[in-house]
Formats: sequence, structure tokens, C-alpha cells
Amino acid sequence: MTEPAEIVLETVVREEWGRLTSLLLAQYRRLDLVEDALADAVAAALRRWPADGAPDRPAAWLLTAARRRVIDRLRAESMAQRKAPLLVTDAEHRQEGQAAMADPGGLVEDDLLRLVLMCTHPALAPESASALALRLVLGVSTHDIARLFLVSEPTAAARITRAKKKIVAAGIPFAVPAADVVPLRLESVAQTAYLAFTAGYTPGSGPDLVRADLAGEAIRLVRVVVGLCPDAPAPVALLALTLLQHSRRDARVGDDGRLVLLADQDRRRWRRDEIDQALALLDSPVLAGPLSPLAASYVVQARIAAEHATAATPGRTRWDRIVEHYDLLLTLFPSPSARLARAVAVAEASGPEAGLAALAAVEIPGSHRVAAVRAELLSRRGDTLGASAAYEEAIAACRNDTERAHLVERLAELTGADPA
Amino acid sequence: MRRYVVLVAYEPGSWESASEATRQEYFAAHHAFEEYVDAHGRRISSAPLAGADTATTLRHVGGTVSVTDGPFVESAEQVGGYYDLELPDLDTAIAAGALLPASYAVEIRPVVTIAPAGPV
Repeated sequence: MTEPAEIVLETVVREEWGRLTSLLLAQYRRLDLVEDALADAVAAALRRWPADGAPDRPAAWLLTAARRRVIDRLRAESMAQRKAPLLVTDAEHRQEGQAAMADPGGLVEDDLLRLVLMCTHPALAPESASALALRLVLGVSTHDIARLFLVSEPTAAARITRAKKKIVAAGIPFAVPAADVVPLRLESVAQTAYLAFTAGYTPGSGPDLVRADLAGEAIRLVRVVVGLCPDAPAPVALLALTLLQHSRRDARVGDDGRLVLLADQDRRRWRRDEIDQALALLDSPVLAGPLSPLAASYVVQARIAAEHATAATPGRTRWDRIVEHYDLLLTLFPSPSARLARAVAVAEASGPEAGLAALAAVEIPGSHRVAAVRAELLSRRGDTLGASAAYEEAIAACRNDTERAHLVERLAELTGADPA
Repeated sequence: MRRYVVLVAYEPGSWESASEATRQEYFAAHHAFEEYVDAHGRRISSAPLAGADTATTLRHVGGTVSVTDGPFVESAEQVGGYYDLELPDLDTAIAAGALLPASYAVEIRPVVTIAPAGPV
């Protein structure tokens, strides 16, 4: 029983897009042509495969079709006497690209790494690098990239175009840099992937609380990098962290579409396989040695998530350990949101009074979260008046429909009023 | 003799939107500037720089070199000079730029190559 052509195509696009892109770039060095050529090849496959049946080697079919498109465009250009700027590669890379065409193997993986490093180069604006990596390495559509980052589709397309232009104009190479620079560059890769991941979980001003399927694409990018560089600590730690956070996606939103807080989540809906994989990653020897601050911060954040993931019930959460993790995190990267989260953990470990003391100096301008936590802690202490005022403050500052609904409900419970 | 570098700043897009007559005025002004410099000294090198959206900025932060997108216009730093270099790619340029004094912010700007006018 053969698979339907559409499924074969979907799978090959999902799994091979980055390799195909990198092979085409290695050979033709034309960043402006390659993505369109590959998209055209996929469109051609969508027309022909259902009728003719999927080819035996679907990736090779797409590569051949995309190469024809590139060659057609190059011929048309040479007729018009036009010269377009080329991506910086060297002769050796181009020969490797040619060789890989005939015999895909390790060389292809090198090209894929070149592509990942080029897309996530620190000289690119982080949001552009993130969009570009999702597009070129994973083949995520501009439509989905726009949804993930809560921007319009033209804005997402413009970010990708700007990044491509800068790569060519500034001479960002399609190359693996010197060995001493690679660890730093892999940290840029990790930061880029994490930016895409957190975009999927960042509540915006609309009703869409979790864009979890798209956050999953960011994890796929991390997996690609871990596959290419299994000994690099930052991507391994990030994979553990994102898997743990992502494992809760089904439980984070209730059947009515509303946010479900960690303590109220149905833990049976957490993805145990992902949690187990993340816990194994945290124990891996790659993370045993001395770590960079970034890698260490991913590990600490992952250990915090792991405390929640391994607590059988909310009541059995080891909050004292979580406070210790936050103390360590704050020494690595002090941030208001980490201090806020620490205050929450302190309140759980030592009571609302201690939590309020830890919260006292925390300020996050423009965010409703500090007020929301203060409201909750004041309410637990029995200060209904103070809690009501803090809830009002949080509701006024909250921009996300789902979260605001939750705050309004809490205030109503507190004052005994009808939330409607 | 001392050597001086002059950096030219103008509103983005003003060249693209300029009329042919305005462009001729620009050419004439640049020409007058160059004639004055030639009469009083010599031009070592000059070239138009690509837009600020193609810039990369390096800073030494806590013992490591931080690399970011864009120029450093929002800071108090002013451009103080330039090296005209030929290097294979941006990574090489970043490695070279990182060797300059740590108190510098180094902006790496690609230079626009103007193709010679072919036979008409």
C-alpha cells in the first residue's frame, strides 16, 4: 500500500526543505532565486504527483525540478545582460555542493549547517533571523510565520526579504566559521530558535493564546541543530527546556478556550514522552561540563520546568528547589520577569507574606503580571480591598483577551459580584 | 599633512526620489568638493556606503564581543574614521574588527561597487 501523493509531498517538504535549500545555495549561490524555485517545484509536484503517482525519490525529484527553475531564471537573466549579487561561498564549497548532488550524505549535512548558521547570523536582526530560519531551514510558510510572530503577512515577508538582502549585501557567508567561533554562533542559533518558540507562547492582544503548533516548529529547528552538533550544550539545553514547556500545551487552554493555570492543569494531558526525553537530555554528559551563561540559564530554566513536570500533584511541587533555581538564574541573567517568577515561588514555599516581600521591588512597565501576582497574594493574605485594587490595575493593563477574562473572573470571585 | 575622513549623511530615500535636475546639483556639489580637495591635498579613497540597514555593530561586553544588527546611531558615539579593506566575507571582517580597541564601536558597512559605464 503506497501513501497518497499529497502525504508523500507534505512529508518530503517538511523533512527535506532545509537540505534542498542548502544544496541549491551551495550550487547556485543565489539566495534570491532558490526559495522561489523550490516553492515552484513543490507547486509542480502538487499538480503532477496525484495524477502520475509520487516518484520513488521525491526529494531528488524536487531538487531536479528546482534546479531547472533556477537555470531557466539564470538563462533569462543572461539574455537580459543582468548580473545579480551572489552569496559568499568559496570554490571548495561549490564543488562540495556539486558532489553532494550526486551522493547525498555527510556533505549535505555540512551544507545544512551552513544554511542554519547563515540564517541565524548575529549580524541579522533577531526577529528577521528567526523568520528566515523558519522559512529557509524548515519551509514554514510566510503566512504561518506571520501568525507566530503576531505580525501581518507583508511584515513577515518584509523581514525575510530584508534579512536576505543584508546577507548578500553585507557578505554574510554560507560557510561554517572558524572552530573557535562555532560555539558562540551556535548560541545565536539557540537564541534565534528560542525567540521563535516563545513567540508561539507569548500572548498577544488577540484571542489566540497558544500558537502551539507553530512553537513546535521552533523545536524542530532546535532538533535540526542538535542533530548537526550533538555536543553543543546550548542547543541541547534549549531542546530540554522547550520540550518541557511544550509538553503542557494541551493542558494550558481549557475546552472553553480559556487559560488554565499550571496548578489547575490536568496533568494527564501533559505529554509524558516529551517530558521523559527532556529529563534524559538534562542528564546527558553534554551538560555536565562547565557551561556558558546562556547554556546554564537554559539548564536552570529547564530544571524549574522539570520540577513541575515531575510533581505528581501541584501540592507536591518542590517550591523550595524552584526558589533555589531562580536564585541561580538571577545570578546568570537578572531580569524583572525572573524576579517575578521567583516571588511566586517564594510565596508557594513560604507563604503570601514572604512572596509579597519578594515582589516589593519588582516592576515590569507595561505589563499586567506584577499587579496580577500581587492581587493573588493579597487575596491569599485576606486583604480583599488591596487585592481588588490590584486586580483592577492588572485588568486595565492586560492586553490579552483570554488572560483578561481570567483576571475579571478572579476579581468577581473575590468581591462576590457577577462577572458578567 | 593629516588625513581626514568625511562621512556623508542624508535622508534615506532622498537620492531615489530626487529629480534628474536635483541629482545634477548633487553631482556638481560632489565635483566641487573633490576639486577643492584635489587642489589642497589628495583623495586617498572614497566610496558611497550602502544603507544603515546593512550595518553590523560590535561591542565588547563583559569580556566577550557582542555582535548586533544595525548602526550605532542611537548612542552618543560618533563615527571617527574608516579603514578601507578588502576581505572575503562578513565573518572575516568581524574577526578583524574585534581586534580594534575595546572602547570602539566598530561599524562594518559594505561598499557599493559602481560598475563602470560600458561603451555607449
